[in-house]
Amino acid sequence: MTDIVTKGLSPQEASARVQASLKQRRQKERRFRRLGLAAVLLALTFLAVLFTGILSKGLPGMFQYYVKLDVELDRARLDPLGDLSDASLYSGDAEAMILESALLTVDGEGGRKVKKTLRKMVSSGSAIRLIDFVKSHPELLGTRQQIKFAVDDDIDSFLRGFIQRDTPAKDRRIDDLTIEIVDKWESKGLISYELSDYLFFGSASRDAEMAGIKGALIGSLLTLAICISIAFPLGVAAAVYLEELAPKNRWTELIEININNLAAVPSVVFGIMGLAIFIVTFGMPRSVPLVGGVVLALMTLPTIIISSRAAIRAVPPSIRDAALGIGASKMQVIFHHVIPLAMPGMLTGTIIGMAQALGETAPLLMIGMVAFIVDIPGGFTDPATVLPVQIFMWADFAERMFIQKTSAAILVLLAFLVTMNAAAIALRKKLERRW
Amino acid sequence: MTSFKELNYSTDLIMENTNLKTTGNVFVDNPRMSARNVDVYYGDKHAIKDVTIDISEQEVIAFIGPSGCGKSTFLRTLNRMNDTIDICRVTGQITLDGEDIYSPNVDVVPLRARVGMVFQKPNPFPKSIYDNIAYGPRIHGLTRNKAELDEIVESALERAGLWTEVKDRLDQPGTGLSGGQQQRLCIARAIAVSPEVILMDEPCSALDPIATAKIEELIEELKTQYTIVIVTHSMQQAARVSDRTAYFHLGDLIEVGKTEQIFTNPAHKLTQDYITGRFG
Repeated sequence: MTDIVTKGLSPQEASARVQASLKQRRQKERRFRRLGLAAVLLALTFLAVLFTGILSKGLPGMFQYYVKLDVELDRARLDPLGDLSDASLYSGDAEAMILESALLTVDGEGGRKVKKTLRKMVSSGSAIRLIDFVKSHPELLGTRQQIKFAVDDDIDSFLRGFIQRDTPAKDRRIDDLTIEIVDKWESKGLISYELSDYLFFGSASRDAEMAGIKGALIGSLLTLAICISIAFPLGVAAAVYLEELAPKNRWTELIEININNLAAVPSVVFGIMGLAIFIVTFGMPRSVPLVGGVVLALMTLPTIIISSRAAIRAVPPSIRDAALGIGASKMQVIFHHVIPLAMPGMLTGTIIGMAQALGETAPLLMIGMVAFIVDIPGGFTDPATVLPVQIFMWADFAERMFIQKTSAAILVLLAFLVTMNAAAIALRKKLERRW
Repeated sequence: MTSFKELNYSTDLIMENTNLKTTGNVFVDNPRMSARNVDVYYGDKHAIKDVTIDISEQEVIAFIGPSGCGKSTFLRTLNRMNDTIDICRVTGQITLDGEDIYSPNVDVVPLRARVGMVFQKPNPFPKSIYDNIAYGPRIHGLTRNKAELDEIVESALERAGLWTEVKDRLDQPGTGLSGGQQQRLCIARAIAVSPEVILMDEPCSALDPIATAKIEELIEELKTQYTIVIVTHSMQQAARVSDRTAYFHLGDLIEVGKTEQIFTNPAHKLTQDYITGRFG
């Protein structure tokens, strides 16, 4: 006993050494703390820069310029057959009437050149807009109404200042006469800058001012509907089987490793597989939400399986014991206790998988969902495109206005992603149980 | 079910056939459950070695022994809870009312309804108090209507001494009760399916002395209706609640006897060392 004491440090010496080392330890701790804080601040700065960038580009894209024109809603010219049918309205004189109204804004002066210029200045979708207006307000036929029409995308870019007045005329996309007319419209107060209805209610279009995301948005929703209805039940069933029922042997281990590997496979590979199997072998149609949804389901399946298994594993064994102890069968334990308790985790994983699927572009390019589709898809087998692919396509167009449209569409996509993630968190908070 | 008489062993026959290592009398006249030459293996580990013991009707039998001696393992073989462990293997014979519970045509579901279990840590379901008790009767289809179920819930809670404390909040979560109340809720849940035997695996180890006293009182009352097998680390508890005591040591059943005899006059050296606190 005494030997040990004499060989070691005396309590005084030990205390002195502890004091000496204390300062260094404290310094280390402070340094580590500061580094951590710096890392967090840096990350927040990047996030702030990213968001201001997206918002400053995307928010203006939600708006566009319109010109107010006084249109004489002449019944005979607009509706020659007099029955307000499409056939009648589309054979009418809508386009010519808009041009006449536009001519009034320049006080009717000018010859062929002015007419030609004016025709280019108002969006080429204006005739359809006028027809739609007549369809929804037939009682106004025969009166004179002020109707807003989108201006052509070049005029829009000019009004935003992207096309400069002092650029030499031959290098400008719009000529001097056009600028003169725009100035006249502005001085008369005919130009207005408003929330773009084309963006939210329009479909794909070559004309930037008419391009909208409605078709892509519905395509995305249809695709996700297919995706979730396949991936969720399959994923949960697979997770339950692997966790609860499968024997633990080399085969299940192999399956587990491969599921984890599958989660890391580049998404474009799933697209190639979808093309080879669903379209080439099974002869399913191209560019449709059905195939897109199946491909995305295969892609999100590993995510859902992995998170569901983690959720099942987190169910305390004591709950299983309790149920087994009063004679619940294996299936009853699973369906009465394990799945309800694991559900919040499973749903969180599923929503995160869906958010991943919503933002996916590459596999959908492979199965042809990149096609230019003007019609809004009405079902799972109608050709469609999805939001990220729409963004991808718009980013490819040369017109200046498509840049704003692209940014606005990105903003909408981000809003959806944030909503989905918030839903995942809210759901987890709400369903979370303590034991 | 095979009749009791056909399968029941004659005590003399067993004495001849088995080379008993256990001190004291392991047999009783009217066994509810009997274990014959039971061995349990976890993979290569031999956890229970050739254990033979009878458990009588309406008695409380306590399993004591140092940690890792196999008393909990043996308890769990009595309602086949060890089935859930893949690497666990049980040999020998365990009968309930003369019926071999490890025979291939026995279903564990009705077995566990007849041999209920209460665990070390109170483990109520994250459901209401009512649903906790009603769960067993519901899955086994014991009741025809809501009124009968209400009755079962009330009587189970009453027998567990919990009724007056919770009757006004049956719809509140069972997990919101105190530890002792949760454990009594678990006992009520076990007796709601009217078992014959209740296995208790250290039911008081997570409870304070007052809650422990309540559970012990409850065990005293329950033994008039049920056979109770209790595993405990507390020798005082074994002495207080049990009629017979079995001492396990490293997988062997060393000694079985009347509780007073085990605690006052143990026949085996190991038992004596354990209860006098020389190890444990």
